[in-house]
Amino acid sequence: MSITIENLNKQFGSYKALDNINLEVNSGELLALLGPSGCGKTTLLRIIGGMELANSGRLLFHGEDVEQRDARERNVGFVFQHYALFRHMTVFENVAFGLRVKPKKERHNEAEIKRRVHELLNLVQLDWLHNRYPAQLSGGQRQRIALARALAVEPKILLLDEPFGALDAQVRKELRRWLRRLHDELHITSVFVTHDQEEALEVADRVVVMNKGRIEQIGTPDEVYAAPATPFVYQFIGNVNLFHSRDHAPWSEQHGDAVAYVRPHDIDISATPQDDTALPVEVKLVRAIGSVVRVEVATDGSSEFIEIELSRERFDAAPLAIGDKVFIRPRQFRVFETGGQHELSAA
Amino acid sequence: MSRFKAHSVLPGFNLALGFTLTYLSLIVLIPLSALFFKTATLGWGGFWEVATGERVLASLRVTFVTSFVAAVANAFFGLVVAWVLVRYTFPGKRIVDALVDLPFALPTAVAGIVLATLYAPNGWLGQYFAAHDIKVAYTPLGIVVALTFIGLPFVVRTVQPVLADVEAEVEEAAASLGAGRWDVFRRVIFPAVYPALLTGFALAFARAIGEYGSVIFIAGNMPYISEIAPLLIVAKLEQYDYAGATAIAVLMLLISFALLLGINGLQWWSSRRGVR
Repeated sequence: MSITIENLNKQFGSYKALDNINLEVNSGELLALLGPSGCGKTTLLRIIGGMELANSGRLLFHGEDVEQRDARERNVGFVFQHYALFRHMTVFENVAFGLRVKPKKERHNEAEIKRRVHELLNLVQLDWLHNRYPAQLSGGQRQRIALARALAVEPKILLLDEPFGALDAQVRKELRRWLRRLHDELHITSVFVTHDQEEALEVADRVVVMNKGRIEQIGTPDEVYAAPATPFVYQFIGNVNLFHSRDHAPWSEQHGDAVAYVRPHDIDISATPQDDTALPVEVKLVRAIGSVVRVEVATDGSSEFIEIELSRERFDAAPLAIGDKVFIRPRQFRVFETGGQHELSAA
Repeated sequence: MSRFKAHSVLPGFNLALGFTLTYLSLIVLIPLSALFFKTATLGWGGFWEVATGERVLASLRVTFVTSFVAAVANAFFGLVVAWVLVRYTFPGKRIVDALVDLPFALPTAVAGIVLATLYAPNGWLGQYFAAHDIKVAYTPLGIVVALTFIGLPFVVRTVQPVLADVEAEVEEAAASLGAGRWDVFRRVIFPAVYPALLTGFALAFARAIGEYGSVIFIAGNMPYISEIAPLLIVAKLEQYDYAGATAIAVLMLLISFALLLGINGLQWWSSRRGVR
């Protein structure tokens, strides 16, 4: 089921949480809402789920207006960051909850409920825990139970609010791969909120980058990383070096007051000037981190470090040491006018 | 003693246990056993005679029935008050929150006099009841009103923190699974607050059984109808029948103890079902 959001606004007092949001979620896709905390991503998710009402704008599920529908009538599965399991119920009863509260005439008999719950518990690979209480489970297990519970009512849309936010790094990585596989199996239209760019890029079909209640960019993980639409996206996703036209004249003087954005791995280092735009710098730090070598350099008299990432092969071909005087030149960069959002040029 | 003492990183077990036992002995155990000793001077026959006296039985019935009704009323209204205080914000919420504790602070006799004045057939509130031929003050109904008043804080204060602990998210999760308001209350909220509610109920009930000050002003104190057991105890004391007075007290104690034990058992049973 597709979701259409048109000109959506949400205000908390004088604070604009969502500012004119337009978004189309395709049927069966896994979409990530990515942004720093306070950017409105959770509010947007809660509006889709019916836990919050928008001040204006339209919300359509498969072309049908659902604003007036209560959360319980939207047939939307919701997974919370802190699981929100019913702690006085066993795992089995938690998952069965949605089936038990159905109106009498739609309710399945006990045998059917039992069959379905075990089927779901098998799907999340936790059937052996069906007699336990939530307090007896680990965080990762709880979140899988929460997901099974949400899936029990066969929702047309699945919403996940920072589903792995409360878990440690290892479990998180494991669970997000698992979520991706599960989605490929079930094909439920899913929207998940995260502030972790790695998570969004790894799991989602498309990523929506949000900031201060607005959408900055919508695109595939590759698009938002390789072709950021705004300075914010550039800085939020991946590392980036900023070159101000005042300080680094050769690169952006033609643009007046502007800033060039360069990824650390898009900078070449050479012992001799590559051309007349090359910047003379001194190597300040060299750190080998696994497959890459991170080099930090600084121009004369500047305290700001420029971060460069080299592949190990490239570094081994021309090793660097602290104190070396070298020249750098960007292979790829984008220039944005200072203050404005306008992109001036891309090389 | 050392056989019971498991190794523990917490220091001061001996001291703390010793203090607890001494303290409880001085404050609770010795006074209570004195009651039993005094009663024992009556002998079994004398005790039986007091215990089965018609007036005593009637007063015990009045005491326990009104206390039970008041505690049930408190359990219900206390839950509503706690709910409102936890889930909603409204102007003056802090004042309402503070009001809940007032029945603790007010001398109970004052409460009794005020309630009696208000609910008397010619009082501000009593006149409306009187118009429908309902007498509140000077009847068992009046006793229930007074006992409800003094027992209110117990339920509110025990349920409030537990209710606050039930995240709004849990209710949202239930709603997104299709549960209506009644289902959310019945299946999610009530099971979570039930043990606390039972504690509050037990406290309010116990407090009501022992209440004297507020009741005697509103009850009318008619033997066999609206005379409570504590009043009968005072009456016996005024007649210098000390052993008779303690006999009623012992009787009350035994019944209360049995009831509270039952409530505790219920609580133990219900908390075992939901491991936290």
